Amino acid sequence: MDLIWEGLRKALELLLRLDPEVLGITLLSLKVSGIATLLSVVLGLGAAVLVALNEFPGKRLVIALMNTGMGLPPVVVGLFVTVLLWRNGPLGFLGILYTPAAIILAQAVIATPIIAGLGLAALQHLPPGLRLQILALGATRTQMVGLLLWEARLPLLAAIMAGFGGVISEVGASIMVGGNLKGSTRVLTTATVMETSRGNFDVAFALSFILLVLAFSVNAVLTHLQQRSRPR
Amino acid sequence: MTRATLLQARNLQVRRGGTRVLDVPALDLRTGEVLALMGPNGAGKSTLMLTLAGLLPPSGGELHFRQNRLQSRADRNAFRRCMTMVFQDPLLFDATVAQNIGSGLKLRGVPAAERQPRVADWARRLGLGELLNRPAHQLSGGEAQRTALARAFVLGPEILFLDEPFSSLDAQAREGLIEDLGHILAETGTTAVISTHDQGEAARLAHRLAVMQEGRIVQLGGLREVMNHPEDPFVAAFVGMETLLKGQVVTCREGLISLRLGKGPSDLEVVALGEAQPGQTVLVGVRPEHVSLSLQTDNTSSARNAFPGAVTKVIPRGPFFKVELDCGFFLSAYVTAQSLSELDLHPGRQVVASFKATSVHLIRKEGLDTQL
Repeated sequence: MDLIWEGLRKALELLLRLDPEVLGITLLSLKVSGIATLLSVVLGLGAAVLVALNEFPGKRLVIALMNTGMGLPPVVVGLFVTVLLWRNGPLGFLGILYTPAAIILAQAVIATPIIAGLGLAALQHLPPGLRLQILALGATRTQMVGLLLWEARLPLLAAIMAGFGGVISEVGASIMVGGNLKGSTRVLTTATVMETSRGNFDVAFALSFILLVLAFSVNAVLTHLQQRSRPR
Repeated sequence: MTRATLLQARNLQVRRGGTRVLDVPALDLRTGEVLALMGPNGAGKSTLMLTLAGLLPPSGGELHFRQNRLQSRADRNAFRRCMTMVFQDPLLFDATVAQNIGSGLKLRGVPAAERQPRVADWARRLGLGELLNRPAHQLSGGEAQRTALARAFVLGPEILFLDEPFSSLDAQAREGLIEDLGHILAETGTTAVISTHDQGEAARLAHRLAVMQEGRIVQLGGLREVMNHPEDPFVAAFVGMETLLKGQVVTCREGLISLRLGKGPSDLEVVALGEAQPGQTVLVGVRPEHVSLSLQTDNTSSARNAFPGAVTKVIPRGPFFKVELDCGFFLSAYVTAQSLSELDLHPGRQVVASFKATSVHLIRKEGLDTQL
C-alpha cells in the first residue's frame, strides 16, 4: 500500500510542479491523438456516408469489413504501419518512421474503422424515408448529407468519442512505430509502460492520472456538445 | 375541367429486380386539381408518386413539367424545388416546430427574418400557433403530421404529393386533419396528388381518382364517375361497391333494363337504366349508401327495386352501421344509428331493401362468363 500512496503523492507533486517533461508528453499525446481522430472523422464519416447512401453489389461485405476493422488489434496495425514505413517499404521514402507523424498514421488506421462502423450504424438508424423527405424539401445532395449527419449527431459524436478513446489509450502501435523516443515520440501510454517497467511507479501513476483526466475532459466536452444540441 | 396540364407522364416504367413494378402509359396532372391514387398495398401508389415527384428515377419513360421535359439532373433538381412531399411518417427533424416548418425555406436560402412570418402564418393555419417552440419529439401524432403539412405548404409548392398522410393517425386526429387539409387545398388551389386506401379520404379531398393494381392504373376518372361507375369488379370492390352480383339481361325497353339475378331460373329481377342486349351477362353493382331499409314495401317510393330479406350481420362502421342482408342474394346497406334502433335491426330481422334504378350500375366486360 505504501507504494501506492507514495506514487500518488509523487504524482500530485509532478502535476502541481508542472514538470516540463510530463507537460511535453501530455501535449504530444493530445496533439497526436487529436489529429489522428480528426483524420479518422473525415475518412470514417466519408466512408460511412458513401456506404449508407449508395446501393452497390457487395455492400454487406463492405459493412462486415468495416465492422471487423473496429476491432483491429493495435499491435497488428503497428506491425503493418512499421513495414509500410520501413526504409525499404512502399512508404519508406517519407522517412517518418519513429516520428509523431508515424503515430498519427497508425492511430488513424485504428480509429477510422471505429468511426466508420459506428457512424454507418448511426446513419442507418435514421428513418428510412428521411433522405427522400429532405430531397423533397428541396435540398441539394450536399445539403441532404449535411442534414442527415446533423440528425444523427448524437450517435455520431459517440462514434467520435469511441475513436478518440481508442487511440489516446492505445500503446502497442505507438511504441512500435514511434519508438517511445524521449522528447520526440514519447506519449502518455508509452511513457507509462516504460516507467512501470523501470519500477518508477510514482511517475507511472502521475502519467496514468493525466491520461484519465485527459480522456475525461475531451469526452466531457464532446458530451456537452452532444447533449446541448438537443431541444428539450 | 379544362385546365392546363401541369405535369405529364408518358410510358413511365419502374423495374425492381427484373420485375416491372410500375407501368403507366400516360398520366396528366392538371393545374389546381387533386388527384387521388387508390389501391391495395403493393399496387404501386408510392412508386408512382415518388417517380412523379422526381425522387425515383424511372427505368423508362418521360416526365414533362410545364411542357418541359425533365431530362438532366439539373432539370430534376430544379423541379424538386417546385414540388414537395408529405409522407405517412411525419419525418420531422430533431428541432422545434418552428425550425421544422422553416426547414425547406432555410434550404432555399431564405433569410431568417423572411422565414419567421411565413412560418408563423402556416403554423397558425394548421393550428400549431401555440406549439412553435416545442421540440418535435414531444408532439402527438396528429400535431407532428400537421407540422409536416405546414412545412410543405409554407414552400408554396406548385405540386404537393401526399403519400398516405393520414394512415398512421388515430380516427379523431385524422378527421380534423382531413377537414383542414381540404380547406387549405381549396383556398390555395394547390395541385396535389394524394395516395390512400381509404375511399372516404379520397371522396372528401379529390377531384379525380385513379385506382391502381399491380403497378398499373386500372381506372382513372372523375371522383363520382369512378365511385359510381367502376369499369371492372376489382375497382368496384375497391371503391366500396360492396354488392356485386352476376345477372343476365332479360329485356331492354325505352332505356329500362330488366335483369335476372343468379344463374338458374329465378324470380329476382332488378331494374336498371341504360341500354343492353337481352341475354348479355353483366355484373350488377349497388353502393351500400344507395340502399335503404324499411319494414314494409313503400308504394310511394320512387325506388323501383324492392326486395324482402333477412338481416345477417350488423357491423359498426364509425358514424354509421353496415347491414348485410340475405334477399335471396347478398346485399349490403349503410344505415345511421337512428335507423338501426328505429328499425330494430339485428340478425334475423325481416326487412325490405330498396334502391333506385339509377343506383344500379352495370359492369359489362369481356370474359365475365368465365371469370366468375
